Formats: sequence, C-alpha cells, structure tokens
Amino acid sequence: MSKRKLTDAHLPVGECITQVQEILRERLCCQKLPDRPEGVEAQHKHLLELLKRTAVHGESNSVLIVGPRGAGKTMLLKCVLRDLLEDKEVQKNLLQVHLNGLLQTDDRIALKEITRQLHLENAVGDKVFGSFAENLAFLLEALKKGDRSSSRPVLFVLDEFDLFAHHKNQTLLYNLFDVSQSAQAPIAVVGITCRLDVLELLEKRVKSRFSHRQIHLLSSLTFPQYLERVRTQLSLPDDFPDGKFAEDWNASVKTLCEDKSVEDVLQRHFNSSKDARSMHMLLMFCLSRVSVSRPAIKPADLLEASRLCFADAKANMLHGLSILELCLIIAMKHLNDVYEGEPFNLQMVHNEFKKFLQRKSNSMYNFDQPVIMKAFEHLQQLELIRPVDSSSAKIQREYQLMRLMIDHSQIMEALQKYPQCPTDVKQWAMSAFG
Amino acid sequence: MTHFTHIKMCDLHIYSYPSIFIYGHRASGKSHVMHVLLKELELPHATVSCVECVSVALLFEQVLLSFFGCDAASLLPRSPSLSDFVRIYRQQCSQSPAKQTRYIVMEKAELLRDTDANLLPALLRLQELVEDNVTIILLSEIVWDKFRPNTGCFEPLLLHFPDYSKGELQQILSQDRHPSYTAEFYSSYINILLGVFYSVCRDLRELRHLAALNFSKFCEPLAEGKVKETDTHKLWRNIEPHLKKAMQTVYLREVSSLQWEQMQQMEEKESGALRGLSAHTHVELPYYSKFLLIAAYLASYNPARTDKRFFLKVDRFNFTPKNLLNHLLGPKPFPLDRLLAIFYSVVDNRVAPTASIFSQISSLVTLQLLTQVSHDDQLDAPKYKCAVSMDFICAISRTVNFDIVKYLYDFL
Repeated sequence: MSKRKLTDAHLPVGECITQVQEILRERLCCQKLPDRPEGVEAQHKHLLELLKRTAVHGESNSVLIVGPRGAGKTMLLKCVLRDLLEDKEVQKNLLQVHLNGLLQTDDRIALKEITRQLHLENAVGDKVFGSFAENLAFLLEALKKGDRSSSRPVLFVLDEFDLFAHHKNQTLLYNLFDVSQSAQAPIAVVGITCRLDVLELLEKRVKSRFSHRQIHLLSSLTFPQYLERVRTQLSLPDDFPDGKFAEDWNASVKTLCEDKSVEDVLQRHFNSSKDARSMHMLLMFCLSRVSVSRPAIKPADLLEASRLCFADAKANMLHGLSILELCLIIAMKHLNDVYEGEPFNLQMVHNEFKKFLQRKSNSMYNFDQPVIMKAFEHLQQLELIRPVDSSSAKIQREYQLMRLMIDHSQIMEALQKYPQCPTDVKQWAMSAFG
Repeated sequence: MTHFTHIKMCDLHIYSYPSIFIYGHRASGKSHVMHVLLKELELPHATVSCVECVSVALLFEQVLLSFFGCDAASLLPRSPSLSDFVRIYRQQCSQSPAKQTRYIVMEKAELLRDTDANLLPALLRLQELVEDNVTIILLSEIVWDKFRPNTGCFEPLLLHFPDYSKGELQQILSQDRHPSYTAEFYSSYINILLGVFYSVCRDLRELRHLAALNFSKFCEPLAEGKVKETDTHKLWRNIEPHLKKAMQTVYLREVSSLQWEQMQQMEEKESGALRGLSAHTHVELPYYSKFLLIAAYLASYNPARTDKRFFLKVDRFNFTPKNLLNHLLGPKPFPLDRLLAIFYSVVDNRVAPTASIFSQISSLVTLQLLTQVSHDDQLDAPKYKCAVSMDFICAISRTVNFDIVKYLYDFL
C-alpha cells in the first residue's frame, strides 16, 4: 500500500480546481492509459505473449481484437505496446506501422502510408511495381538488417479492420496475411474491429491465411464493480500537490457514490450500457459543473447530467415548433392511427386539420394552403417527416407521400411540455378519433 | 443568456472532449453564441460552413489555414484524401503544438452525412487520430440519431440549444427599435406582429425581417397625424390587414422584399395589383386550351368508370356525397384518348381534331399545367396528368362559364 504523502503545501482553491480539471479530463477525455489493465488481465497477457514472440523470437503472427465500441480495444493495445517496449532490445528492433480504415480508404493509399511509416520513401524512389505483392516484398526486403541475415520484425496495426475488408479484392489483407504465413519476414498483424462477424467479411483465400486467433473484449462487469470504477475514475491520485484538498475531494466522491439517488442513476446507466465511454460522458457532464464556487460534485449534478444524457432529442425539437406545425403533426398522428401507418401527403393532412377546425377549435383558425405548405416544408427540413421515395420529379409537392418519423409517445410527451399549448389542441391530440 | 452556462462547461483550455454536437432550431443562437464565446476567450479556432465545402479539400484547407497558416495549407496535394490531411496536420502540430485546445466549428453539419462515409466518423475522432488537443464542434438542426453511422462511431457530447420563448422573442425583437420612437411604442408593434405571426413561425430571422419591413406602414398613421402613439387600437386596425397580406405574400416569398416596400409606398388603389410568383391566374390561355385544361382536370380527378355518367347526355342519378378521396390522393394519369373524349363532350360547339388542338396540348405541357407521365418515345399512346390546383381550375372555368363542380365525382 503506498502511503499517502500529505504535503503541507496549500494551494489556493482556484489552482486546485484547475489541477483537478486537468487530471480528471485527461482521464475522461483523452483516454489516459491506466497503469494496470482493469478487468482485461487475461487478454492483456495473451496479446503481450503473442507480440513478444514476434518481436523477440521472430515468429509471424496475426490476431484480431474484437469488441463493441468503447470496450477498450485500442487502450488494451496501447497498454500492451507500452509494456512491450520496456524491453530495450524490442525497442531497438521493432518497427510499427499504424493504419486506420477510416483514413486509408484505398489499398494504394495504405501502401503509401506503409512506405512512409517505415521511412522507406528514399528506397522506393520512383520505382514502379507490377503488383501490390511485389511492392510489399520490396519493402520488407529493404528492412533486412545490415548483414542481410534477417529482417527486422514489423508490427502492423489495422484499426477499423472491417473497413479494410471492403477494399477491392482485399489485396492489402491478403498480402499481409500471406507474409505472416510464409517465412519471408517476421510480421505481426493486429486487427481491431467492432464487428463480431468480421470473419464473414473476409474472402475465403484471406480467411485461410488468417490464424483465426481472436481476442474478445466483452465486458463482464457487475454493478458493484461499475460503482467502484466510477469512484476510482473520479478520485484524485496520491501525488496531488495539495494533500488536504485531495483528501476532502476523495471523501466527497466516496459519499457521492454511497448516495441512494446517485446509485439509482448509475444503475440506470449501467442497465443501458456498461462500457467505459458512456460512463466517461456522464462524468464529463458532472465535471464541467465543478468550478471555484462549487468545488465538489454533488448528487444533484449527477442527476442533472443523467437527465442531459437521456434527453429525447426529437421531443426537444418538437418543443420549438410553431403551433401550426404542431397541429400538423397531431393531424399526421391521427392519420397514422386511422390508416395504420400508411403514408400521407399534404392534402390529407390539411384536410384532417380542417376537420379539427370545423368541429372543435376555437383558438386556431384556418390558414391559406401556401402557409400550410411552408410549415409542412419546415417539418421536412427538420427531418421529422420523410418522403416515402425520393423520385419527386413527376409528383406535385402537395401530393408527395410522406411518413412521420416521430413516435406517438414522443408527441404526447412534447405536448405536455409545450409552452402555452391551447387546451383544444391538447384535447384533440388525446382524443382517439381525430 | 442561459445558453452560456451550458457551453461554459466545455470551454477550458485543458483537454476537452473530442467532439461536441450542438443541435437546436434555426436562429436559436447556436453559431452566434459559439462565435462570441470563441472570440471573447480568444481561443484558437477554425470555422467551417459545410455548405461552402462542396469538396473535402476546401474543408481541409480551411482548417490548416486557420491553425497553421497558408504554408501548411499549400502542402495539401490536389484532391487530398483524409489520410493526407491527417498526415500534414500531424507534421504541423509536431512543429507547433497546441498550448490551448483548438476548436473546429462546423456549421450545417447535416451535410457531412452526404459526403464520404468515412469523413464523419474520422472527424469525431480527430483528437485521437492526430494526437493533438483539438475538439470538433458540430452545429446542426437535425438530431444526432439521424447522423449515426451503421457500425457506430465515437459518440459526441450532445447539447441542446432550446428555442426562445415568446417573451424572449419579444425582448430580442424590441432591441432593433428605431431611435426616433419610444421603446413602448416599438414593443406594442412587436406585440401585434407576434400576435399575427407567432402561431405560424417562430424563426427569429424571419420575424426580424418582417418587423423591419412593416414598421414604416405601422408608423404611417402616426406620421400623418391621425393617431397618437398610445392609440393602440387604431394602430392595430391599420396594420392588421397589412400583416395578413404580408403573410400571404412576403412571408411565402411570393413577392420580394423590394416589391413589398415599393407596394407600401404606392397608393391604396394601385396596390391591388401585387403580382406574386405563383399567381399565374393572369396567364391568358386560348379558348380551346382552357377547355383542354378543364377536360384534363376532370380526367385526372374523376375515376374512368364514372365518365359515362357525366359526359353522355343523359340524366344524372342521385348519389350521396363522397369524401374528397380523389382530391386527397392527387391527380391520376390518363391516356390522350380519354382527354379528347372528355374535351369533345364539354366543348359546346363542334371542333375538328386538327393539329392546332394537339399543339395546344403540347404547349400546356410546356407551361407545366399538364405533366407528361409516359416516356418520350411512346408517341401513339401518351399519358398525362393535370398539375393545377382546384382554385386555379375554378378560376379558369369561371372565365368560360363552365360549372366544373357539377362534373367532379368528389363533389356529387
């Protein structure tokens, strides 16, 4: 157990808060690497072993790290690389090439990037290669050490691996896996992807050259562990300059996590998603309220942050519509109810609205067709309604069929919160038959 | 402004969340607050409007220019890919690392969905890809659920900019007051304006525009000395029909603002001749063209099986009125033969089927009063649809003394 170093230094509150923000933001926003892997020890060990075999013993390997978004795949790889590079030999010899499916959208671009990252632009010069394989072979040949006996080990990291599988003929993948199977040069190919079915995307010849080694990062966190994780994420480390402040802060974080309402909120978040990223988003909202005037996180902050996270975006947008547009949406809702989700056009909606005006309304009056058309088009621009098909060439605008993209419950929720909603409109919305 | 407190949370100079998505209605202050905040705090930023960036090269250039100067921007190759951009950015930021968080603000971000599929997910992770302290802020009026790519992406922080309430709109609009009039006078004007337009439109920009256009008319009786400033009822009576007319014309952009202003200066009698864009009731058609159009309308909106009833000279049966089903669904296509059959039946005198009749049909298509539904190379059996509204065809039929309502199936 490390002893808490209680320094006598007493920084002003403003300075402390800034330090707190800095430390915690680094943790929450830019994914600072933890000292020890939490919850993924087995996977960490497995990957480290594998990469060590390539880096030290010259064995070629390929592996895929698979896990949902925010599970910590890239973080795992970075931790493993950090541990791997502690060995001086490895640090001297191992070459790394980092490719990303989002950036290298083409095999040609990928090859240029590989050349660049291996610093072989000069060696390649203006050569023209017949095929991808030739080019890659040339690059790997050029990496051979001075005595031409063996090549330096290269680690290829392919982020967003599933996007590489969409390239033409999957040439990059084929060649990389081919090299990893043959004895040309020791390379390790590590693919990172969020798709569990990534192997289905590979062609047969590519799949056969892959070692079928997969490391899965599926979170098996329980709620108490989740709570503990929240507490550790918010706590300050031991080496914080102002010891007293750190102690108070950590104590307040502990009481926060023991609060019942906070636990309920966290339970709700845990039930919707266990991954670290959504937890970080929630904590980020809380952290942003911390300032000199409010130097601690209160349960109310967490409740407010949770409300922001779970806010229904469409209901928020419905809040800002004019009353005419809202009436049109209610008319569409009635049409959906009566005709069971069949698409509608402006004429039908206008007709429905006119029926309401004749029978029940005393606060709204009829507008001209063009004004209603403008309101309808505004709803289309907000993408609250969408045309059924995009062939709008031959159909007049008033007769174009549309669908409503809002749910019944969202409309009712929005109506409750709508400012100064006339009662007859509300009653019209709640009545069963338009 | 209440919105400031929302934004303040993410504006510090230490690391910020990699991407933030701000959504809200138009003219709810998103860009404005963003710009004011970035300027006040003097944060390094690059503002990009996605409407201007027809190609991604423009976006990359703008960002590199704002952060690293034009030398960096000129390093971009022709038709740069995202890979090139990230590479150059990394090179540049290793030479000049960020002392404060750099912000990239992208307005009208919904247009990013129409570019390459990799652009949006890559931008959301830009902080990770370039290993620099940079944050992307996306502003849009479409909700985030419609942006999310299929296989997921890095979720940004979502912030909502609430719309202005009626009171807030009143406050903001009252700030544009004319210096020679009192604040109460102007706010009573705004009150009346909102009373007419608030139920239809809550867009601040539109309301400001309408307020600016109509203020001179509002002050007219005051200038003429007929009423005092406090005589709100008389002022209201003067301006209200004018505002109602504005709703039918300027609000719909049927007339331009210039035309509107000119019209206000003209005399009352002359101002009746305000021509709107879609008011093509002044289109003068030849006699037979009008009947062709009427026949086309009847052919589009009456089901074919009911033609016998209307157009043979026999007594009509009595039916109960149906609902406006055909009028709700839109016009149906009809073959040329049917059009001619109805045409001969409705025109009073005998007409010979000469080429002039057929050419009038073609000119109706050119005027977009009829649309051709069949393909261009089907010469022997072309199909058409009638593209005019009920009001228009009623106006036309009145000019030829034809009672079209009697012949419409929906109005039996």
